[in-house]
Amino acid sequence: MTALAAVITRDLRLALRQGGGAGIALGFFLTVLVLIPLGIGPDVALLARIAPGTLWIALLLSVLLSADRIFEPDHDDGSLEIMTLGPVPLELIVLAKAAAHWLATALPMALAAPFLGLLLNLDPALLLPLGLSMLPASLALSLLASLVAAVTVGLKRGGLLLSILALPLYLPALIFGVAASAGDDTLSASRSAALLILLALVLLALVIAPFAGAAALRAHLR
Amino acid sequence: MELQITDLGCIRGGRLVFAGLSLRADGGSLTLLRGPNGAGKTSLLRLIAGVAEPDHGRIALHGGNAALTLSQQCHFVGDRDAAKLHLTVAENLRFWGDFLDGGDLDRALDSFGLKALAGLQAAVLSTGQRRRLALSRLALVARPLWLLDEPTVGLDAQSRQRLVALMSAHLASGGIILAATHVELGLAGIELSLGEAPTRGIAAQ
Repeated sequence: MTALAAVITRDLRLALRQGGGAGIALGFFLTVLVLIPLGIGPDVALLARIAPGTLWIALLLSVLLSADRIFEPDHDDGSLEIMTLGPVPLELIVLAKAAAHWLATALPMALAAPFLGLLLNLDPALLLPLGLSMLPASLALSLLASLVAAVTVGLKRGGLLLSILALPLYLPALIFGVAASAGDDTLSASRSAALLILLALVLLALVIAPFAGAAALRAHLR
Repeated sequence: MELQITDLGCIRGGRLVFAGLSLRADGGSLTLLRGPNGAGKTSLLRLIAGVAEPDHGRIALHGGNAALTLSQQCHFVGDRDAAKLHLTVAENLRFWGDFLDGGDLDRALDSFGLKALAGLQAAVLSTGQRRRLALSRLALVARPLWLLDEPTVGLDAQSRQRLVALMSAHLASGGIILAATHVELGLAGIELSLGEAPTRGIAAQ
């Protein structure tokens, strides 16, 4: 447990200090959400309609942007090798690194999204559904980002491959995320159904990402 | 304690690096890995550390802590320093201490004279100072098996003496060291030459 806490604390400290991954992602998220209403123009009805989808896409792309910072620095400076000598299996290290990424990057964006939705004239009735669905979904996004980052670790300029690999993994989260946070009052039943599917996706990612990520890292370290 | 390697084979990138390598190292013994670049010294150390899995053969540490794996009983200091540039020297060591289970920060800072640099970010350290930071892990957490890959690279004369002192203290306490190095450390050790594959070297004390 100490080892995992040490990994999470260190990654959070690095994210805050370096301003690297976390800062870039948050800045990108904010920039997209400020630029889109300016680009679309003063059609407030249109803005309100596209608001949930826009917020989700901004979240997805921002998480993706910071994904290559999850394992690449540890791989480059040799920390990853030393981590295999620790008392915890690589699977739990992947989980801890995903947790740190979530806390430093995805979670702040998910928490800020409903408020930034005001920039997009988001229907106030959707604030709660949006927050409720983004909170768990952001965890799934961080987990999947860790998985893809583990697969592409060690590839210089692996960003392109990372995006292409992440795309199919992120699609279900996007589809059910938007379904869980869009529409009017008549759709509240289907919104809760979509939220349940989203939660199932989180559980699925929680199971798959640590094992697949650790397997990818092992294959790379060989 | 005894490290026993039997019929070890290593293939990297489709090329046979070495095969049929056997080695026995007793507690208190230093094994010096020699050989030209690309002979597989680093590969051998990584295999023993468990960072990579061997393609063939067995590696076992007898007489250690049976509850722990070999990886959990060894230190591996490779060519990279495993230091985070944006953390201070003390934060870097504290992390590895916590991660590797229980570290003695003061002892580690003392071992390579890093006490005065403890509050500095690793980014401002010189190559040699960063190397000392990496080597302090040896003093930070007590582990019986040390695997050192070119540990003296970048070190000044005084730090090299500190390393030698640390190594001889470790050997005196019954630890095992395998070191790949091109320089003379001034420590008595068994030489194992890697090179012409397949290699068969037997080292014993």
